[in-house]
Amino acid sequence: MREKRVKLRLLAALTIAIVGGTAVAQNINAAGATFPNPIYNRWFTEYAKAHPSVHINYQPIGSGGGIRQVSDGTVDFGASDGPMTDEQLSQAKVKVIHIPTVLGAVVPVYNIPNLNRDLNFSGDVIADIYIGKIQKWNDPRIAKDNPGVNLPDHQILPVYRSDGSGTTYIFTDYLSKVSPEWQSKVGRNTSVKWPGPGVGQKGNEGVAGMVRQAPYSFGYVELIYALQNKMSYGAVKNATGKFLKATPDGVTAAAAAAAKNMPADYRVSITNAGGDSSYPISSFTWLLIPRQFSDPAKGRAVKDFLTWMLDKGESEAAGMGYAPLPAQVQTMVRKTITTIK
Amino acid sequence: MSSPIISVAQTPRQTDPSGASQGSPVQQDVGPEAPKSAVRQFLMSRSSGKAADTTFLAIMLMCALSIFAIVIFILFILIARSKLSISQFGFKFFTRSAWDPVSGDFGAFAFIYGTLATSLLALLMAVPLALGVAVFLTELCPQKLRAPISFLTELLAAIPSVVYGLWAVFVLVPLMRDQLGPLLQKYLGWTQLFNGYNFGVGLLTASIILAIMILPIISSIARDIMLAVPISQREGVLALGATRWEMIRMGVLRNARIGIVGAIILGLGRALGETMAVTMVIGNHPEIPNSLFSPGYTLASVIANEFTEATGDVYLSALIEIGLALFLVTIVVNAIARALVWAVTRGAPARAH
Amino acid sequence: MLTNPFHTPPPPQDFAATGPPVQQRSRRVRLNRMRRHLWNHVVTGLAVLSTVIVIAPLVAILAYLIYKGASSLNLAFFTHIPAPVGEPGGGMANAIVGSGLVLAVASLMGIPVGIAAGVYLAEFGRGGWLASAIRFTADVLNGVPSIVMGIAIYSLIVMRQKHFSALAGGVALAIMMVPTITRTTEEMLATVPHAIREAAYGLGVPRWRTVLSVTLKTASPGIITGCMLAFARVAGETAPLLFTAFGNQFWSLRLNQPIAALPLQIYVYAISPYDEWHRLAWGGSLVLIVLIMVSVTLVRIYANRGVLKGAS
Repeated sequence: MREKRVKLRLLAALTIAIVGGTAVAQNINAAGATFPNPIYNRWFTEYAKAHPSVHINYQPIGSGGGIRQVSDGTVDFGASDGPMTDEQLSQAKVKVIHIPTVLGAVVPVYNIPNLNRDLNFSGDVIADIYIGKIQKWNDPRIAKDNPGVNLPDHQILPVYRSDGSGTTYIFTDYLSKVSPEWQSKVGRNTSVKWPGPGVGQKGNEGVAGMVRQAPYSFGYVELIYALQNKMSYGAVKNATGKFLKATPDGVTAAAAAAAKNMPADYRVSITNAGGDSSYPISSFTWLLIPRQFSDPAKGRAVKDFLTWMLDKGESEAAGMGYAPLPAQVQTMVRKTITTIK
Repeated sequence: MSSPIISVAQTPRQTDPSGASQGSPVQQDVGPEAPKSAVRQFLMSRSSGKAADTTFLAIMLMCALSIFAIVIFILFILIARSKLSISQFGFKFFTRSAWDPVSGDFGAFAFIYGTLATSLLALLMAVPLALGVAVFLTELCPQKLRAPISFLTELLAAIPSVVYGLWAVFVLVPLMRDQLGPLLQKYLGWTQLFNGYNFGVGLLTASIILAIMILPIISSIARDIMLAVPISQREGVLALGATRWEMIRMGVLRNARIGIVGAIILGLGRALGETMAVTMVIGNHPEIPNSLFSPGYTLASVIANEFTEATGDVYLSALIEIGLALFLVTIVVNAIARALVWAVTRGAPARAH
Repeated sequence: MLTNPFHTPPPPQDFAATGPPVQQRSRRVRLNRMRRHLWNHVVTGLAVLSTVIVIAPLVAILAYLIYKGASSLNLAFFTHIPAPVGEPGGGMANAIVGSGLVLAVASLMGIPVGIAAGVYLAEFGRGGWLASAIRFTADVLNGVPSIVMGIAIYSLIVMRQKHFSALAGGVALAIMMVPTITRTTEEMLATVPHAIREAAYGLGVPRWRTVLSVTLKTASPGIITGCMLAFARVAGETAPLLFTAFGNQFWSLRLNQPIAALPLQIYVYAISPYDEWHRLAWGGSLVLIVLIMVSVTLVRIYANRGVLKGAS
């Protein structure tokens, strides 16, 4: 009889613990791009420390996933670095708006054993690597951009994204601008039919992981992934002909023109931007926030987070390899936040 | 039992109120034939009557029918959600090799090829080994070693797919890339199967890890089959002067042929649907591979990679149609296999597998 | 007769007077015998070799797993949630607890249904066509890929409810447990001697009571091992959780919210580039394997205790 009482008490305590321990925090679910995942991850963790009653659970499943899940309503908000098309916006079951958060850069990463120099890549060279026209590292076109470098006579393994990816969108957007063949054959999208050889990996993490481990491979990832994993990344030729390695300043320069003429829905492409110091493969990344939240408490929490992001979050961007939003854009965003219900 | 006795003591014949028992002996109020009160009658009938048994049977039957319900429900929902893709692409979906989310053009042939190629290659590698282990454990193994070795082979079946994938990514892929691949290319390059560059991930690596995964299934079912062959068959062949191998071949394997084929087909069924480990090492390239080193894509992998992000109804519907195809194929394959196995073991109590 | 593998009885005596001369005949017979012996040795060797080849990767995998995993298991692993990307430290505590919750939900749903179905097949349905059909369907259902279950449950529960949830993950795992539990329950109940049932009937125990209190109780060790087998099998499943439980970087014990799960986290960490995450993936794999091995070993112990003796 005493045993039974002890068991009952334990059961009661467990139930209270479960119910009580979790009833406190409000859970907000989000999903989307892996491009900004490192900084979103840090933001959400810090925000949870500052506001322990709100847990924003962000799952980096790729921009395509973010668009699909927020359109279906299975997550509370999404994230994508490829803006939604008009068709996607009209077909979505939940109406969303784009809110830009940071700017980032996509860099070409490669793994050539015993080479510790930074390589230069022209846009059309990159396009032809993925089309399959350029197959070996010591191809004359690569050598032309890298005089004096001892390139190995070895086949290139191109690595791309197997999942729906905003990073792919940015990358293919850039390639479409610099290679007419790419524009006609492939186009720009979060998920494309890769014309040439190569292997697909899931997420920025997957591509970075693959390139890190496979010698003679070549891929494209967001800058922070190359930095965090100490990978070699190359310089890309920008619209004025200069070879630039990605830096937050280069990205800010690329956004300068767009910042002045920002459309109201924030959907703008800044790849291959003009200007001497612009890094050519730059982009905004957006959060896809529903215009109206079905749960007003969630709406308030999200609005609160967005304001926190503008006040405190943006200052951390540069430290992580992203560029903060230009001042004019920040002002616009503050106004847009008030329209969310 | 006390109440009848008390009633006898408390109701002397003279004061019997009912009057209906005049002249009846005392025994009328004693024993189980004594008229029970209405409440007692009610309680006893609730727990031992037909109703309780029928209710119990009904509940058990419903739970058993739930298995049918599960299969029907999965079928129904897969068909419902893939209607869009079926109406758009028709049967050509399975014969064309195209996967272009941009233009909305989908054809699953490359995945079917990848699935079949990896599964058949895995079978090729696993079946001889599995049969060898089965023969060893049932016929040749000393009694003391039997339990540990069979335990070890069953442990292989217990390792989850994702752990196999983890090991494959960090051990098998570098092994294939740095040691095994060049070796194969050097000695077997003439077969034209090893052309193209070897990056570690691809068809061959996926097949190897798949072979390791289906081995325990084929082996354990083959063992069950071989144990079901009556000992008289073995003894008869030995009495005719056969060597041990001849005894196995003629007495056991010949009788167990059908069941062993069933075991192999079961292994095939598992290989067709295997997802996680294959996804991590197949390279995710939706094109028909032209060498054992090239990356490919399987039906299960494309679903795992692209399901949560398929934007657009046709895209999602195409993926679900692939899921439907996978479901139907594995059901058919498993049904054939189980029928073959059952034919040999005749439902004899198998081990808990 | 079956003890010495190298013993063959002498060849049958040749009584026929016709045929080749004795010396030639016995030479041919001798060569034939040698060939057969040789084959015997060759095949024996091949069988042993194949067993070694099969055991070798298992030992290699387990050894590597223990080596890599043990070094990353520390107290923080079991008590902390994942640290932000790129930062060291952190653990998989929420994934372990999350897996536990999803498995508990799955067991609560799957075990009763499975045992009840097994009871029906063993007690009420023996020999009928319905029982054979159900048995067959259960075996076939066992072979359906888990990813198909995942997308079916996604379509049914997640899309309707408009959010991922631990409940959906539990349901997906439950429908995978049911066929296994059904079959093993049925087999265990079939081993209960009829005499026990008849003794109960003789005492006037109603049928349903007999099944519950007598037959099930007698077979309960076997049934429990069947449940543990099913449990061990679904504990390592990742594919159905990809689209149902979804994953969560925080502590969560709520059934209607996404939840972290151990196999899911291992998958995400394994394909990432961060060494820290690789370390956690190995540690998580070791935890998962230990859990599964313990269940399988317990099953083996029970088997040797005699409950499954007739069957193994």
